[in-house]
Amino acid sequence: MRALIDQGVDKVFGYPGGQIMPVYDSLYDYSDKIRHYLARHEQGAIHAAEGFARASGKTGVVIATSGPGAMNLITGLNDALMDSTPIVAITGQVPSSLLGKDAFQESDVVSVTLPVTKWSTLVKKAEDIAPAIAKAFYIANSGRPGPVVIDIAKDAQVGLAEYKHAYCNFIRSYDPNPDIKESQIEAAAELLNNAERPMILSGHGVTISNASNELIELAEKADIPVACTIHGLSTIPSCHHLNKGLLGMHGNLGPNINTNKADVILAVGMRFDDRVTGDTKKYAPDAKIIHIDIDASEFNKTVGSHIHIHGDAKTALSALLPFVNRQKHEAWVSSFDRHNKVEYDRVKKLELYPDNEDGKMHMGEVVNKVSKAFNHDAVLVTDVGQNQMFSVRYFNFTSPRSCITSGGLGTMGFGLPASIGAKIAVPDREVVLFVGDGGLQMTVEELGMIMEYNIGVKIVLLNNNYLGNVRQWQELFFNSRYSATPMTNPNFIALANAYGISGEDVAHRDNLDAAIERMKNHNGAYILNVNIEEMGMIFPMTPGGHGVDEILLNSTEYYKPV
Amino acid sequence: MENQLFTITVFTENQVSLLHQISMVFSRRCLNIESLTVSACSIPGVHKFTITCKSDRAMMEHVVKQIEKRIDVLRAFLHTDDEIVFQEVALYKVPTASVLESNEIEHIIREHGARVLEIQPEYTIFEKTGHTDEVKALFDKLNPLGLRQFVRSGRIAVTKAPVEYVDAFLEHQEKRRKSLE
Repeated sequence: MRALIDQGVDKVFGYPGGQIMPVYDSLYDYSDKIRHYLARHEQGAIHAAEGFARASGKTGVVIATSGPGAMNLITGLNDALMDSTPIVAITGQVPSSLLGKDAFQESDVVSVTLPVTKWSTLVKKAEDIAPAIAKAFYIANSGRPGPVVIDIAKDAQVGLAEYKHAYCNFIRSYDPNPDIKESQIEAAAELLNNAERPMILSGHGVTISNASNELIELAEKADIPVACTIHGLSTIPSCHHLNKGLLGMHGNLGPNINTNKADVILAVGMRFDDRVTGDTKKYAPDAKIIHIDIDASEFNKTVGSHIHIHGDAKTALSALLPFVNRQKHEAWVSSFDRHNKVEYDRVKKLELYPDNEDGKMHMGEVVNKVSKAFNHDAVLVTDVGQNQMFSVRYFNFTSPRSCITSGGLGTMGFGLPASIGAKIAVPDREVVLFVGDGGLQMTVEELGMIMEYNIGVKIVLLNNNYLGNVRQWQELFFNSRYSATPMTNPNFIALANAYGISGEDVAHRDNLDAAIERMKNHNGAYILNVNIEEMGMIFPMTPGGHGVDEILLNSTEYYKPV
Repeated sequence: MENQLFTITVFTENQVSLLHQISMVFSRRCLNIESLTVSACSIPGVHKFTITCKSDRAMMEHVVKQIEKRIDVLRAFLHTDDEIVFQEVALYKVPTASVLESNEIEHIIREHGARVLEIQPEYTIFEKTGHTDEVKALFDKLNPLGLRQFVRSGRIAVTKAPVEYVDAFLEHQEKRRKSLE
């Protein structure tokens, strides 16, 4: 416990069990210094720790017991690895004398977690605990952040060792902050200075290294349009004139079309995920790519780049700034707006102002109204699926660290616990969760955390009684054969009420504004169960395997830029 | 891209689970490791893995980066055969009676530059170091003559490059360590 306190930890998430009992017993003595949040399932605990880490930038801590407890963390560990989220997971392990003997609740935690963590270790002696914890925190939140597991055998937990303050800022085999080569910076600046159609792709690395200001300064100085990956959202305010929107499969027309028109692309802290690039053979054919990343294994992984700047995004952008000339690219910048205007007219308007008479709502209009109600400055947390894509498209951002979503792993069930963790991390900000009826039920038990700790998250359930995203794909690519996607749902408000959480059904569009107002003004958690039109589809869409500029505006029509 | 045999050398800390950390980079891509040799190297506390694998260059380059990304790995390098000097060692066990029967085995052993490790009334053990095809050639000769056991090691290799890159990395890290003190 003292090792945790030394790392600045004052909040942890977890779930006790047999082999972690000594840790919990010690937690009892330190309850004035460390607040423990009891989840209802270990998966909920780790997603909450992820939400906490993503909203605050601090390392999220999760504690679980051996065997099933540790195994229930796996999804969250993988999620945190994919989305570069600093997590320290402390798991109990059977006594070291029983290791490998199939003891009760024994799992080979290190072996199972190695592929889904940045680092994983087993501690067998009490005196090794403090150094292991110091090392774990250093690894988790340096370089490219990620999840770390410390598996502690029960005899080590009960063993007596004199506590020595352990500190770690160096590991011989690990260099988390590589020196940036000046020659690369100069080469990058020369490309940017000679570019006619430059573009910046802003990714999660910009958030992680707190480089928003540097990014915006560079974009403004050289008049370069910025497009964001899903995790890059909120690195530049939505209303900024150079923010041209979201990249990828369900991104905006401007950035996706112009990716294949650009002559220089500056990619900052992003990894050219297949959801961003579509078919890489058709990706950015005219562009010289400058790739800034702290993880060298990202260079040339899916998309080849011409200049690699290996290092921290903030340091790299600061170094680049003085070398970049003040420029104007008016025609190029406005070409994004021209495509985005078509998107507004052909897609967004229909979503924001639908005229169906039954009053069932579209996800986009709900998200947009909620965003507006919170002055476009709430923390957005999403689950996965249509609710996620509509949220990130129709929600607006003012400040960094405002978009928390499971981007890499696409973990349904992430949303509810992550929103709880986020609210705990930033209690003074409004935290709004958009979740589908499928994803909510994957981790619905965490309503218990909201109840017990009085967590004031605002939950908007976009309920279409379908696994909507899969249903959409079935309609588009599987002849509308809705295999296992319709859902019979419970009375969600009654369920929330059972946990002491207020909320209401919103059956008709006419009631939406007033319901959002009540949610906003309610002191504490609140849930809106919004009656969403079943057959809603998320567009624009670049179908899998297509080029990033081959974009469906609706089920049948591809966008043809004029 | 054409598949070819690559040699990967990995320098790691001497810790539990390193083998798993390295092998999982191959297994997640369904890449089969052809040979693997691990032992302590000349730098105190550092172990060296020598791995051979057939694949294309782009895939192997990325595998090397993902290996190097593991916290406990110092550096990893990709080599083709022309960049390294390499050997493997093989042991051959034959009945001593077969050796005595004629001078054929003696002739083969001389021809292949193998040496005798042990002679017992029951069996004789020969050792041969060389490239895979040389080791295999001796196997092919001895096999029809009553070969009882045969085993060969994985490849070991040293680079032809004048610079030891792992030393440069360690120097860099040592400088970092001092600056952090």
